[in-house]
Amino acid sequence: MQMSGAQMVCEAIIAEGVTTVFGYPGGAIMHVYDEIYKQEGFEHILNRHEQASVHAADGYARATGDVGVAMVTSGPGFTNAVTGLATAYMDSIPLVVISGQVPSQLIGTDGFQEIDAVGISRPCTKHNFLVRSLEELPRLLKEAFYIARSGRPGPVLIDIPKDITVDIGEFIYPDSVDIPTYKPTYKGNKRQIEKAVEAMKSAKKPLLYIGGGVVLSNASDLVRELAQKTQIPAVETLMARGVLGAKNPLLLGMLGMHGNYASNMAMSETDLVISLGARFDDRVTGKLSEFAKYADIIHVDIDAANIGKLVDVDYPIVGDITEVVEAMLPQLDGIDTDRFEAWRNILKRYDELHPQSFVDSDDVIKPQWAIERIGELVGENAIITSDVGQHQMWAAQHYPFDRPRQWINSGGLGTMGFGFPAALGVKKAFPEKTVINVTGDGSILMNMQELVTAAEYKIPVINLILNNHFLGMVRQWQTFFYEKRYSETDLTFQPNWKALAEACGGIGYDVTTKEEFDAAIKDAIEQDKVCFMNVAVNRFEDVLPMVPSGGALFNMMLPQKVEGK
Amino acid sequence: MENSINERRVISVIVLNESSVLARITALFAGRGYNIESLTVAPIPNSDMSHITIATNGSAKVMEQITKQLHKLIPVYKVIEHEEMVEKEMVLAKFPITEHLSDVGALCAAYNGGIVNVGKEMIIAMVADEPNRIKHFIEAAQRYNPCEIIRGGVVAIER
Repeated sequence: MQMSGAQMVCEAIIAEGVTTVFGYPGGAIMHVYDEIYKQEGFEHILNRHEQASVHAADGYARATGDVGVAMVTSGPGFTNAVTGLATAYMDSIPLVVISGQVPSQLIGTDGFQEIDAVGISRPCTKHNFLVRSLEELPRLLKEAFYIARSGRPGPVLIDIPKDITVDIGEFIYPDSVDIPTYKPTYKGNKRQIEKAVEAMKSAKKPLLYIGGGVVLSNASDLVRELAQKTQIPAVETLMARGVLGAKNPLLLGMLGMHGNYASNMAMSETDLVISLGARFDDRVTGKLSEFAKYADIIHVDIDAANIGKLVDVDYPIVGDITEVVEAMLPQLDGIDTDRFEAWRNILKRYDELHPQSFVDSDDVIKPQWAIERIGELVGENAIITSDVGQHQMWAAQHYPFDRPRQWINSGGLGTMGFGFPAALGVKKAFPEKTVINVTGDGSILMNMQELVTAAEYKIPVINLILNNHFLGMVRQWQTFFYEKRYSETDLTFQPNWKALAEACGGIGYDVTTKEEFDAAIKDAIEQDKVCFMNVAVNRFEDVLPMVPSGGALFNMMLPQKVEGK
Repeated sequence: MENSINERRVISVIVLNESSVLARITALFAGRGYNIESLTVAPIPNSDMSHITIATNGSAKVMEQITKQLHKLIPVYKVIEHEEMVEKEMVLAKFPITEHLSDVGALCAAYNGGIVNVGKEMIIAMVADEPNRIKHFIEAAQRYNPCEIIRGGVVAIER
């Protein structure tokens, strides 16, 4: 069929089954927007900043597991999108971002709104394309979606010069992709899997170390089965919260810098780490030479480059978690689960000794209380997004996540301003769910323009602002490591949150008591409007436990003991 | 601790011949802090691929990461970490005509080369040899007052 390049872009998006596209028009991408106007195959959401468009597509992708799509114009439109690309790249999120570019003949002339998009985005995309001709456009669109979702997923940028969106040519959307240089490995090496299973059977203190790759591979049920069958205790990374479910007795909690005592001690004392889709991030390992010092390591990862990158691995398995765990399960028939009972009991005692706790207050709302309370009030019916900082860690520590893709946050890049636009993408994908962005008075302002987007499109997400009038995480480090010099972290000057939300067509709540909190949550869930819930929490609450940066995991600063807990 | 010893290594990277593929490779080295000692690139005859030869250095662990990270790039077809190889580098050198032609010629012959051009004011010589021999050639050439020496970078082929 004959059509313009712009039409081809729309047809490809429809053919890929994408129902919602997030974006912002501009000069170089106008022809595509003209076609968007004419088509009915997908909905377009106009965010109020390109960064938010990419985060929204990212939230959509994280919640559904499908490829998210964002569209931006050349120059500043693209550069605004870079933080979104980097955020998705660090967490391996499948995105296709389509950017306009100045016309082919102007490339390299410093034309109006020209910037080298493929050059800038090279280190923060899985792959990127500058389209050179209309003939290659259908194939490159197909490849972009394929590369984004296959292997270790990631964002792909496709930069299209304006003239190519205008030109008319034949459109045949390919059925399949054949890139001779790109063949991801899904099936793990059989011999290596056998050896790993033997190691699991002969270990005394094995530990499942579960990472975000399990979520990406949709392998949570299999991993739950693996834990159940072997009765091996487990820790989750920040990106894997929800994989085993909060009620799972084998789950010790989250490990790492703000991991709980039992999880970090388990990692320090285990004799066999079974790493599934985790990448030994520095926020997880602490001091590398002390990390899992007494353990052999099984590392299952679809990305060979993750294996052996930071720690030496005894049983490397390159493959998709789903396929590898599927292969492992039958070989574990008849495994002696009693063998690990003594180990489980040690860990149980560790957890009783220092549980994940906080000292509650009757006078002021504690941020941890607020998290646990929304867990009680909405629990499994909610999807939680977050920004970055103390609130993010409290949410990861205290919310009872019971399924994967229920917890959506920027783990690798740590992007403040991610949570609100991501929540819009989540809510578009799951309108029947309560979507709550747990945020702080610092982060929320970084993409607050999305109030207008949410109000216009009636996307009723709840922004739970845990307001301590500080850039809390930096403040916490300043307290511990900088002799309480609160350099540029004091946010005493604040907007009128309620008025701000209302000015943009949303609802505002000012909450100072637990009663008000409950009432506000209940009211917000019933509204069809976006809201800012400004919750005053105590100013100097710290995220604990904490492993100081570069310290060994077992050297934790622990919270005050709670009587009777 | 043998892991941390820095060693010179030569890697061949076979890539799809597409725009900006070389930029992807060099950006990867720059972005992840790996060294490039020399780099050569040319199309492979009768194919849509190019052959890039990179001389680099790093510990065994770094080398493993370089290889794996190169592999991850979409247009990279194959990465060969050379073990048993024949390795050659070409050098062009320009000497003043006042130097003894026969001396320069004999020196170059000792390093698999010879004089390739003689002009009114300059002699141009070419040699092709192993990189460490090239180093010796450049040292030996100094006594003939070279005006310019250009190294071509390493190419290698597995034995």
